[in-house]
Amino acid sequence: MHELAVTESILKIALENAQKVDAKQITSINLLIGQMASIVDDSIQFYWDILSEGTIALGATLNIKRIPTEMHCFDCGHIFSPGPDSFDCPTCNSIRVQIIQGDEMRVESIDVE
Amino acid sequence: MPTRIQVVEKILTANDQLAENIRKQLNSAGVFAINIMASPGAGKTTFIIKTLEALHGRLRMGVIEGDLATSIDADKASAAGLPAVQINTGGECHLDAVMVAGALPSLPLNNLDLVIIENVGNLVCPINFQIGSHMNVLVASIPEGDDKPYKYPGAYRGVNALVISKTDLLPYVPFNMDYFRKGVEILNPGLITFPLSAKTGTGMDAWADWLVSKVKSWKTNL
Repeated sequence: MHELAVTESILKIALENAQKVDAKQITSINLLIGQMASIVDDSIQFYWDILSEGTIALGATLNIKRIPTEMHCFDCGHIFSPGPDSFDCPTCNSIRVQIIQGDEMRVESIDVE
Repeated sequence: MPTRIQVVEKILTANDQLAENIRKQLNSAGVFAINIMASPGAGKTTFIIKTLEALHGRLRMGVIEGDLATSIDADKASAAGLPAVQINTGGECHLDAVMVAGALPSLPLNNLDLVIIENVGNLVCPINFQIGSHMNVLVASIPEGDDKPYKYPGAYRGVNALVISKTDLLPYVPFNMDYFRKGVEILNPGLITFPLSAKTGTGMDAWADWLVSKVKSWKTNL
């Protein structure tokens, strides 16, 4: 539901960076979004089509790279994706684990002409 | 041929910056702000009313109401003699820094020690949006179930204190406290938790005393 605000921010960042190099057109936006960020790709695309109208970002392709949630086990060193209802290490059952990726929400780069 | 421009910027960076400005504004007024988040029905509103009662006479408080369908709206807090302001989120699923920045001028900040901000009832969206608070508090209620840390890891990761509410219902609903706490500990090691019942009052003192000492030590170090 918060994709509207997120998409507005993406557009603002893209336009600011395009302006710095006097770009005429933004052709793609490359995003990095973690699984835990709770962002729905289709909703971003939906808002994008509306918000980018009248800007040099209209028609730009949104490339969303999804980062799966990963955990690291301190005890055995195993790196794993947590299950739906458990964070225990699947190899040694330890609970001394930490999240190492999955909450990213970044604009990585834009492609301009 | 398109040219690639490296950006590497957090998507919500503009909101984060505004939140930082709000925090500075609060700091210079000596006001500590807490952001209360929870799912709808977790008992946020009752918890906040009881907290205001428990802190009466100990801290000078104000309230910012962001919840969509709250039952203590600003009027009710005002009736209790507290400065309060209601944010009309226009159906938004979360508060953001812009909304809070707009609400702050309605509060007499120079006469306050603590502002309690009730976020919109939602375990997903509010987590991503900083609002300038010094502390984020999650209220998780027993009837929601013990699996919530596993289902909403983001909510448990980004908070500084956890209130486990409606503990008076523990005898009546299935809730494995060890399983719940294990998930919390992995997501947010060492997170301070306050099991309590706002209804019966059990555990409210520990929370209130901790909050008072937190605010006072923060003010001393300003």
